[in-house]
Amino acid sequence: MSSIAVNEHTDQHVEDHAHEHHDNFITKYIFSQDHKTIAKQYLISGIIWALIGGFLSLIFRIQLGFPEAQLEWLRPLMGKWITSSGKLDPEFFLALVTMHGTIMVFFVLTAGLSGTFSNFLIPLQIGARDMASGFMNMLSYWFFFVSSIIMFVSLFIETGPASGGWVIYPPLSALPQAMSGSGLGMTLWLVAMALFIVSTLLGGINYITTIINLRTKGMSFLKMPLTIWSFFLTAIIGLLSFPVLLGAALLLIFDRSFGTSFYLSDIYIAGEALPNMGGSPILFQHLFWFLGHPEVYIVLLPSLGITSEIISTNSRKPIFGYKAMILSMLGITVLSFVVWAHHMFVSGMNPFLGSIFMLLTLIIAVPSSIKVFNYLTTLWKGNIIFTPAMLFSIGLVSFFISGGLTGLHMGNSAIDIQLHDTYFIVAHFHLVMGAAAFFGLLAGVYHWFPKMFGRMMDNKLGYIHFWITFVGVYMIFFPMHYIGIAGFPRRYYSFTNFDAFSTFVDLNAFVSIAAFLTFAAQFLFLFNFFYSIFKGKKAPANPWKANTLEWTTPRIPQHGNWPGEIPSVHRWPYDFSKPGAKEDFIPQNVPLSETPESNLPFEAKIVAEEKKAIKS
Amino acid sequence: MVNQNLHIEEPKPTLSMHPKKFAMWLFIVSIVMLFAALTSAYIVKQADGNWLSFDLPGIFAINTVVIAISSLTMHLAYLAAKKDALGKVKLMLLITVVLGLLFLAGQYISWSELVKNNVYFVSNYASGSFIYVFTGLHGLHLVSGIIFLLITFRSSLLSEIHSKKLVQIEMCMTYWHFLGGLWLYLYLFLLFNL
Repeated sequence: MSSIAVNEHTDQHVEDHAHEHHDNFITKYIFSQDHKTIAKQYLISGIIWALIGGFLSLIFRIQLGFPEAQLEWLRPLMGKWITSSGKLDPEFFLALVTMHGTIMVFFVLTAGLSGTFSNFLIPLQIGARDMASGFMNMLSYWFFFVSSIIMFVSLFIETGPASGGWVIYPPLSALPQAMSGSGLGMTLWLVAMALFIVSTLLGGINYITTIINLRTKGMSFLKMPLTIWSFFLTAIIGLLSFPVLLGAALLLIFDRSFGTSFYLSDIYIAGEALPNMGGSPILFQHLFWFLGHPEVYIVLLPSLGITSEIISTNSRKPIFGYKAMILSMLGITVLSFVVWAHHMFVSGMNPFLGSIFMLLTLIIAVPSSIKVFNYLTTLWKGNIIFTPAMLFSIGLVSFFISGGLTGLHMGNSAIDIQLHDTYFIVAHFHLVMGAAAFFGLLAGVYHWFPKMFGRMMDNKLGYIHFWITFVGVYMIFFPMHYIGIAGFPRRYYSFTNFDAFSTFVDLNAFVSIAAFLTFAAQFLFLFNFFYSIFKGKKAPANPWKANTLEWTTPRIPQHGNWPGEIPSVHRWPYDFSKPGAKEDFIPQNVPLSETPESNLPFEAKIVAEEKKAIKS
Repeated sequence: MVNQNLHIEEPKPTLSMHPKKFAMWLFIVSIVMLFAALTSAYIVKQADGNWLSFDLPGIFAINTVVIAISSLTMHLAYLAAKKDALGKVKLMLLITVVLGLLFLAGQYISWSELVKNNVYFVSNYASGSFIYVFTGLHGLHLVSGIIFLLITFRSSLLSEIHSKKLVQIEMCMTYWHFLGGLWLYLYLFLLFNL
């Protein structure tokens, strides 16, 4: 390994990088402190979790789409959760829904998404040797790993995993007598989430510190790629909101295991009164959603950043409204903290308070629309190159629009009375944050795969994967809007018990079949991913002709990322198709003085002034 | 003057501070958010009714003085390190540790005082439970602060703290002052909101 100089611009020696690295298998691939390896660890863990989370949804989709189906064939896998009449156990249905939500929101779209791309891209795109603290970064992954193990084990315990919904509202989640999932399963859920929060905070502190303190020369805030901006703001949201969830969970733990009454009051079980008095379950909802709503943006913002980068690169055009993009992300970040109570319109909150939260909620439409407008105007008249990453990015924009539109309905406190907790909200958030964030994740994998593994993924398989998934997602979630408007509540085991809803049998069967197909299509991606790691075509250093710094590294960046000096930054990351330029892209590390033919008048002036300064 | 051999436009170095100190501040932000959440929960719960009012344990006042003095000794340790008075650094750090332990002991006594006044952790009145949560959670963070102090004390024994090497003791000082300030906030909060 070459010896690596410490960043000159930090006055103190940060980490002693200057020593020789003798990596053995364990320090290189398992307890690694290298941000690229940790990113890959997060990615692989995220993929495994996505498969588990997706599989759980398939099981409850069988129940919803084909309520009469014989599920005896699932007994080898699910044991006593298949009843003696060959049906899915109703309690386990709730467990499936809960675990699907928890896994997808936290383990896939928070850890898998931020963990992968923040870790991989932050040092590479800002021009740093590694994260501010490699050790903390490693610790972050291993806390996540232990949390994963505990959550995974909870799937297999006798009383079943947590079943009170991913929002774990008390008193349902607080009382083991309430349902079997609120016993050991809930305890494990809380332990796993506490560890997960520690992991997220360790990661987030590291991301923010690295972005602020370890940027290379010339990388001012207004020359940072939008990906970095999105990771930065995501980490800030996480830092401010996850401790609140920890507080909420702590009080819940005390209520569950110590007998306090923070959330519990006036509860009768089988005619007998519990001793707990004076608690308030609404208090939990406030605390939970103070994290819960920002969490939506923790999931979404990284995908939006990734999309900005990919759409600009593959349209061969500068991103439209770079500063507007930053400002709207900032706006979303701030607003995300003041809208939480729109999840609680029907929980008995003061309607006046509701109208304030409604107003604030609807204001989020403004920055979101600015972002959509900018994506579309970046695409407008671009020389679009349809790589799989580009297709998934455009797919994200599509979901963001169609899912965002229904947000206007949900955000209205009057209309929400009808739509609350129906399949309408399921459709809404699956499109706008579930599928959209997922597409961002997939786009990111297709786009940065060459830098991660030094090889290319297969484009044809990528196209097939995209089209099946894109059409499939719409086939799953579009019909749900109708089911929801008709008033069918989410998380119900069986809708055939209600005459009013029996007209939806066909629609639900359709949704389920679409879900099976979409899930099956993901195996194309898996094959493509793992095959390409070993057998893919070797990638050039800059396969997409992109401008950001990561493409100035060797084909497979080693520890320390750049073999020589870290490149300096002289221009913003979106100099695509600049009039007069020799090529249709100018990387960030090319000085203005080397491109007189394409400099704009104000850039030419800067060069001239500096020439003068040197002469004098 | 600009170096002629470099590129004509010499890019500006970016704004930055010491990454570890910066990370420490971010860690403090996360603790602030935790206690902000809990104290707001306290206010929300109070507005709900079913509230028990009682006198705060008298020893809280003494503990507040103890932790304030420990902040002072911590600061003296830092000033001594700046002047390379290494013996004083060790002494002051040790006094800070002892005061920290005294504070913890005092907090423990406050719990028995609460119990004597029939204010229990497990009760139907959240006001009582909250006091235990605040003091307990603050105490837990204080334990982490004492561990940090001990690590810093060890470095001072190994002569790894002097006027040219202040990062560790600065971070330790930041954290310790913060924990003192956090206690002051909690104390005043309880004083005015019980």
